[in-house]
Amino acid sequence: MLKQIEGSRAIAEAVALCRPEVICAYPITPQTHIVEALGEMVKKEEIEHCEFINVESEFAALSVAIGSSAAGARSYTATASQGILFMAEAVYNAAGLGLPIVMTIGNRAIGAPINIWNDHSDSMSMRDAGWIQLFAETNQEAADLHIQAFRLAEELSCPVMVCVDGFILTHAYDRVDIPTQQQVDAYLPRFEPVQILDVDEPVSIGAMVGPDAFFEVRYLQHHKQLMALDLIPRLADEFRQKFGRDAGGLIRSYRCDDAETIVVALGSLVGTIKDAVDGMREAGHRIGVVSICSFRPFPLAAVRAALVRAKRVVVVEKCFAVGIGGIVSDGVRKALAGSQVPTYTAIAGLGGRPVTQKSLVGLFESAQGDALEQLNFLDLKRDVVEREIARGRKQRRAGPSAEAILRDLRALRSGIPLGAA
Amino acid sequence: MFQVRIHGRGGQGVVSAAEMLSIAAFDEGRFAQAFPSFGSERMGAPVTAFCRIDDREIRTREPVNEPDALIVQDPTLLHQIDLFSGLSPAGYILINSTRSFDELGLGDFLRGFNHRNVCTVPATELALKYVGRPLPNAALLGGFAAISGQLHFESVARAIEGKFSGKVGQANAAAAREAYEAVLAARTAETAHA
Repeated sequence: MLKQIEGSRAIAEAVALCRPEVICAYPITPQTHIVEALGEMVKKEEIEHCEFINVESEFAALSVAIGSSAAGARSYTATASQGILFMAEAVYNAAGLGLPIVMTIGNRAIGAPINIWNDHSDSMSMRDAGWIQLFAETNQEAADLHIQAFRLAEELSCPVMVCVDGFILTHAYDRVDIPTQQQVDAYLPRFEPVQILDVDEPVSIGAMVGPDAFFEVRYLQHHKQLMALDLIPRLADEFRQKFGRDAGGLIRSYRCDDAETIVVALGSLVGTIKDAVDGMREAGHRIGVVSICSFRPFPLAAVRAALVRAKRVVVVEKCFAVGIGGIVSDGVRKALAGSQVPTYTAIAGLGGRPVTQKSLVGLFESAQGDALEQLNFLDLKRDVVEREIARGRKQRRAGPSAEAILRDLRALRSGIPLGAA
Repeated sequence: MFQVRIHGRGGQGVVSAAEMLSIAAFDEGRFAQAFPSFGSERMGAPVTAFCRIDDREIRTREPVNEPDALIVQDPTLLHQIDLFSGLSPAGYILINSTRSFDELGLGDFLRGFNHRNVCTVPATELALKYVGRPLPNAALLGGFAAISGQLHFESVARAIEGKFSGKVGQANAAAAREAYEAVLAARTAETAHA
């Protein structure tokens, strides 16, 4: 049924249709509306046989989900930002134990400085924990990916994160087609656990494993991710047949057939880039965009096939590995290893900085003239950075940078120089 | 694509107004996207929300920097933030005020604008009259339907009654209707004047 609803509400309705049996909730912006909506649905008994558990922290949220998943219950939770850091130990445990939990990440920056706005630092911090990570481009896809995520998680017995841009998607009212219960039931079978804590047939889950076996268990996690490379496109195909629309898959290409310049991005940024690409196409530029939906497993072969005929690749990413640069671009460069395709990185949108079509077009035009550095920072206020560096050189006790930059920006806006007051 | 930017203060229903606009457009079979400016909203602090309306899927996710229409829920913002940023003289302006543009000091600024596209409407007073609370958002949406011609009043009224249930919804829709009619009358007068 078509609805004009908030992204968080659409996600909650999709999760409800997946018949979760345990939902662990701890609020953190911008994910809170999702678990709030689910809490209301459980209270109104709109989700059958589901226990909604208010926990005392994010660490508890995922730890309880680990317990309930091991006991054979379809388990769900959601978090963001510092929340995923606080549950980091449990994030690794869920993957190491092979428990098919689905968790929404309402993508948000990580402090300090504290910031509630969107970027991808939070899920990226857990990219190597052994979870599958799927990124949603639209709210329709955010809803649909959750239905695929439970199926994927349970077929592989591997946890899945569905990454949804905080505020930009979670708080946006959009047109979303919410499927029927019959459609979802026909796609997502009952959860048949591969391991279960059952008093009638007792087993241990989570034994200590020494040097003789740890390596093999860790390798098996990698094996699951390799299997996911085959399973993700198959589940997307079946989803298209049953629901009549595209969602998920490893990657998607847009106007790439004859493209000289191909942009790579994740999440909601792809929509803005598509509009920028359309505008540039009208002006005669041969440009396209590849959207990576599955960041873990990283689809090296699919990315290579999509990019290898381009003259250049620009990766626009909302995350930043301090001290080296891009995170997504590392994977893209690995995919293109041995080819001669230059790959540029543009870090953009950190801490919620708007990524505008105007800035993107400027970036892509520079790329077409091969006038970019390998590492670029879209709309970084260089003058502000330079002044702060200079200030730090002048005095030993320069004080905190964030506060100094805020003062500097206030002075810029008011036109009254610092120190005048 | 038609892009609306709504300015107001925390507690005035700025974000809800954008949501209701998007629901009204959806009701008419159009595509719409509404979202807030993502601040840490606090009572009284300046808040901005956006709504895009189009006949095809809306993909872009950047804030609305070049609006086709501005709705100003609180005229005390005039001297606090750059309200009119990105608005061309072909744009629409609706300001919640009992005063005229000249009285607000905007006479000179609006000289290049089409006078049929700019209007003030006493939305707070209408809300007090019908709802009993100074929440101007619903009345302004009625005014927006009249000034922009983008949406039928009936779909705006349905969106309002969907957001606020029961009597509160009906009262808000009544405030919106009076604003709609007042703005239509002002536009007709402006046409006759011209």
